[in-house]
Amino acid sequence: MAGGPTATSDFDPARFFAARSDGHGRRLGIEYHDHGADWAELALPYKPDQIGDPERGVIASGPILTLMDMATSISAWLKRGMFAPQATLDLRIDYLRPATPHRTVIGRGECYRVTRSIAFVRGQAHDGDPDDPLAHVAGTFMLLDMPA
Amino acid sequence: MKLPPYAELLKLTVESHEDGAAPILAMPFESDVLGRPGFLHGGAIGGLLEMAAIVALHDALGNDDARVKPVNVTIDFMRGGREKTTRAQGIVTRLGTRVANVEAVAWQDDRDRPIAGARMNYLIARS
Repeated sequence: MAGGPTATSDFDPARFFAARSDGHGRRLGIEYHDHGADWAELALPYKPDQIGDPERGVIASGPILTLMDMATSISAWLKRGMFAPQATLDLRIDYLRPATPHRTVIGRGECYRVTRSIAFVRGQAHDGDPDDPLAHVAGTFMLLDMPA
Repeated sequence: MKLPPYAELLKLTVESHEDGAAPILAMPFESDVLGRPGFLHGGAIGGLLEMAAIVALHDALGNDDARVKPVNVTIDFMRGGREKTTRAQGIVTRLGTRVANVEAVAWQDDRDRPIAGARMNYLIARS
């Protein structure tokens, strides 16, 4: 599916990213990349202060975790067609391989199910080839604007 | 162990610890770790938990110069992190020859009221 806002959603992640002035995602350099009706892609450009393994120049797992938390969170707002407060309940990440030094990591989050109070999400991260992912994620968000 | 650049980005410091327990890591509140207004970013909390787990694992390995590779992490977020210092400590629940199971917990004012917890598997690589 091509990117760009959809007719059903009032939430525009590109504008959401342009508007922010501080926060952890901005500190890491995470940027908007692409989105559809129930998915979003964010980019994490390589920066030396993300490194977790100085000997090999490989970035830590933490920045990838933040990237996937944000990409999946945005996918839930897209699927719901609105921006509303939500809290991460749990997030599981499998680190399939180290990220290649100096490459931008692309994180894709997808919201595959929303109930009255929970958004179920999944996603993958790669550094150039989507068929060679470096991380896989599954998680849930609690919707804070809805009665439990 | 020397903390990597990512730990410096989170402004982590190592606090003293009891004999036998892993070091406690402290993460000060800064706008750089903010998520939605008034709350810590879940990714920063997760990053802190992972660093606490890695520090605990290196502590348990002692002089063994093995490399550790994260295989996976599962994080439960229990309470919103507020605008104050967050602490985390890891515990190695099993140290095998190839795999280590590590848990970590993060809290703010009261250790008995954790804001998040994590479970991790690490591969231990010896050259």
